Amino acid sequence: MDLLQNNFSTFLQGFGYTLLSSVIALVVSMILGTFFAILQILPQKWVQKVGNIYVQVFRNIPLLIITFFFFLVVAKVIPMNGFTAGTIALSLYTSAFIAETVRAGILSVNSGQMEGARANGLSFWQAMQHIVLPQAFKIALPSLGNQFINLVKNSSILAFVGGLDLMYQGNMVAANTFDTFGTYIIVALFYLVITLPLSYYMQHLERKLKHAA
Amino acid sequence: MVTLGIFDAFTPQNVQYLLGGLGITVGVSVISVILSFIAGSVIGIIQFERLPYFSKFVGTINNIIRNLPLLLIIFFVYFALPKLGIHLPIFWATVVAMSTFESSMLAEIVRGGLESIDKGQFEGARANGLSNLQTMFYIVLPQAYKKMIPPIISQLISLVKDTSLAMGIVLSEMTYRGQIIYAQNSTYIIPVLIVITLIYFLLNYGLSLIARWFDSKLA
Repeated sequence: MDLLQNNFSTFLQGFGYTLLSSVIALVVSMILGTFFAILQILPQKWVQKVGNIYVQVFRNIPLLIITFFFFLVVAKVIPMNGFTAGTIALSLYTSAFIAETVRAGILSVNSGQMEGARANGLSFWQAMQHIVLPQAFKIALPSLGNQFINLVKNSSILAFVGGLDLMYQGNMVAANTFDTFGTYIIVALFYLVITLPLSYYMQHLERKLKHAA
Repeated sequence: MVTLGIFDAFTPQNVQYLLGGLGITVGVSVISVILSFIAGSVIGIIQFERLPYFSKFVGTINNIIRNLPLLLIIFFVYFALPKLGIHLPIFWATVVAMSTFESSMLAEIVRGGLESIDKGQFEGARANGLSNLQTMFYIVLPQAYKKMIPPIISQLISLVKDTSLAMGIVLSEMTYRGQIIYAQNSTYIIPVLIVITLIYFLLNYGLSLIARWFDSKLA
């Protein structure tokens, strides 16, 4: 308990940075992910290809490598700290998974919805925005929630580039106090505060959707 | 030799060193996927069977592990377990951490797979005189596993990517060895990162193609 009391502000700061990075990455990756999901369902073959290549590349390489790329290479041209580099990497990496989720959501919306909207005089983009996407997001909500949980967990990657997040601060406290056991348990509890309720809520949503179907 | 630039990083020793790291990456991934397949199946079946108290208990532990960052589990196994007198060498600490984490992921997949099997399969098997365990092993699991092949391969892809996290405890896998190589000379950073990226990509993309092939065959 002393351990928690003496280092509370450190843990809290780390928790704040973890949350901040996760929320920024969530917003950016939702926008990017939706964009690349739509690219993959447009009629033009080459546009589909671009969307597909983006998703395959970011899904199949480790997040750590993307982070190092921004921290070691891009930062030489555009100065940025570890937090920024890590958050950008996190956004790009997650956007590939969100693109897959949203694409599956769009495909599961009955094609009659798009046709009906078009027949009623809406343009492709209007129909996409007002008719198809809202339904697609509703279907995809549980998987999107799980992606956010992964995002929070993956933000621990910031510790590799001095990103001041929970994992980084935990390592600092562990190194200063030598109480690795207590420190990592506390860090775990901080992560669980975010991820566990979300996870149970997503399981609940999934069950609800399954019963509705 | 200055003009060659990009290729300077790839001396025979460096290439051999990097490929050795790839061996460790693949080794950790394969051992972990086998262990977590076994443990994940047991945990998934326990959750599916809804034994009083026990299933709830196992399910809760499973949820806790699943919702922690893998990096934290790796640090915990390597830096905190020694406080309890459990000392593991780096390689095995990584395997234990990754297997623990992946088991909790696979348990969810196994449970989902079992729940997707038609109730009539259980009833039919039981009516034909098979015991509970026999029904599970000979009738239900084989059908469930077939459906689970694609998600299990995507877990293997995650494993291959996630081994890079073990450089946090200085496991000499591919990403770590890449870092050692570009620490010699900062002009090596870009070429080494590109080559490592390519190797990971080819390995994982190949695996995802196999998953897609199974997916289309089973559909």
